[in-house]
Amino acid sequence: MRIKDHPILSFAEGKKVEFTFEGKILTGKEGEPIAAALHDAGIRVLRHSPRHNRPRGFFCAIGNCSSCLMVVDGKPNVKVCVTPLQEGMRVQYQKGKGDINAAN
Amino acid sequence: MRQTDLAIIGAGPAGLAAALEAATAGAKVILLERDEWLGGQLVKQTHQFFGSKKEFAGMRGIDIATHFSEQIEKNKDIEVFTGATALGYYEDGVLTAAYSGRMLKIKPKTMLVASGAMEKMIPFNNNDLPGVYGAGAVQTLMNVYGVAPGKRVLMVGAGNIGLIVSYQLMQAGIEVEAIIEGSSQVGGYWVHASKIRRMGVPILTNHTILKAIGEEKVEGALITEIDENWKPLEGTEREVSVDNICLAVGLSPLAELLWQAGCQMEFSPQLGGYVPVRDEDLETSQEGIYIAGDVAGIEEATSAILEGQLAGISAARKMGFAVEDKKIEQIKENLKSLRAGPVGEHIRQGLAQVER
Repeated sequence: MRIKDHPILSFAEGKKVEFTFEGKILTGKEGEPIAAALHDAGIRVLRHSPRHNRPRGFFCAIGNCSSCLMVVDGKPNVKVCVTPLQEGMRVQYQKGKGDINAAN
Repeated sequence: MRQTDLAIIGAGPAGLAAALEAATAGAKVILLERDEWLGGQLVKQTHQFFGSKKEFAGMRGIDIATHFSEQIEKNKDIEVFTGATALGYYEDGVLTAAYSGRMLKIKPKTMLVASGAMEKMIPFNNNDLPGVYGAGAVQTLMNVYGVAPGKRVLMVGAGNIGLIVSYQLMQAGIEVEAIIEGSSQVGGYWVHASKIRRMGVPILTNHTILKAIGEEKVEGALITEIDENWKPLEGTEREVSVDNICLAVGLSPLAELLWQAGCQMEFSPQLGGYVPVRDEDLETSQEGIYIAGDVAGIEEATSAILEGQLAGISAARKMGFAVEDKKIEQIKENLKSLRAGPVGEHIRQGLAQVER
């Protein structure tokens, strides 16, 4: 959900871009972190922990905690909280610790 | 390999202030920043700062960040690398950083680590459930990107961050169920606390969280009253219906680079965890390595700016650039007056332990 009315801040409209999350087409603002666009779309689970398979989401937003590692355009372990969204990105859940050999 | 007088890691309030002071004294500066922008956590601080005019009181954090960035960009003696993550500092005096898919190698005469801090976590059941966010992350999401972190929030911690972020949540049209605080007193400034109370949000002291409720995401929280030994009081447990649990339970210094560089570290609860031992000019036990801001001990942006100025100017003086003693004394005086009074007591205690 986007914040519309704010007494101090105004948020730039930005350029709308389409990307996919697990094959589903979503829209977000170009250049915002992938995690912000996913959050706006109501997606809270960003990965599952490698050992106990527990759902994990957004946490630190500074690229420090590893809670938001996902596969982006085939590349695993991307910190989506600090990675800018681009048109046509393919965002997916990653299995376990991710497979770098699967990257294209 | 790049040569420079001073390499600064981190372009938050401390790093920016240091870069300007050192460059003013005549030093060539390389400024490395992991994020794509300058300003660090200032960019999400929409509240006006307290303190005295010369330390930007009355300005909002976001405007202070812009003020500094403009001066830095104009300054030809400061070379800025954004999207550059410092990796290590080695025995031969080489600093490495990952930048744009390659490795930067820098040989600085002096180095300043101003890498900041990260959110602390507290133990409770399901504390890894999506919807449990650090207060800094909540601020980033709503104040920088305009995305609501939830509809109804439980704030954990009534220090200044908990109070200020609660107020900012309400400004963004998000409900705050309550602020819970483990100790018997509000830790932040009373002026912030009264503002929150006037808006109808209860601040529950002697309360803690036992559990985040939900399967895939937060749907509620179980909270309880606690006694003076922080033990839950039987029969006081209750569920609150929230979709976000915001943790404002303190920060810990991001000191990895200092550990790796061999600086002597000491544990100080008052300063937020392990921090480097330093002298009064903010030089660590490793000659030529300086510190400033939250990595030196958790405080706030105004003290980070002053420490940045002090470390930047001290590093310049060490390299032989002409610096007026009066200026250094003035910065030290400003820091001292900022830390005076009861609010700064824990900082003074912490510093007494780690200053040599």
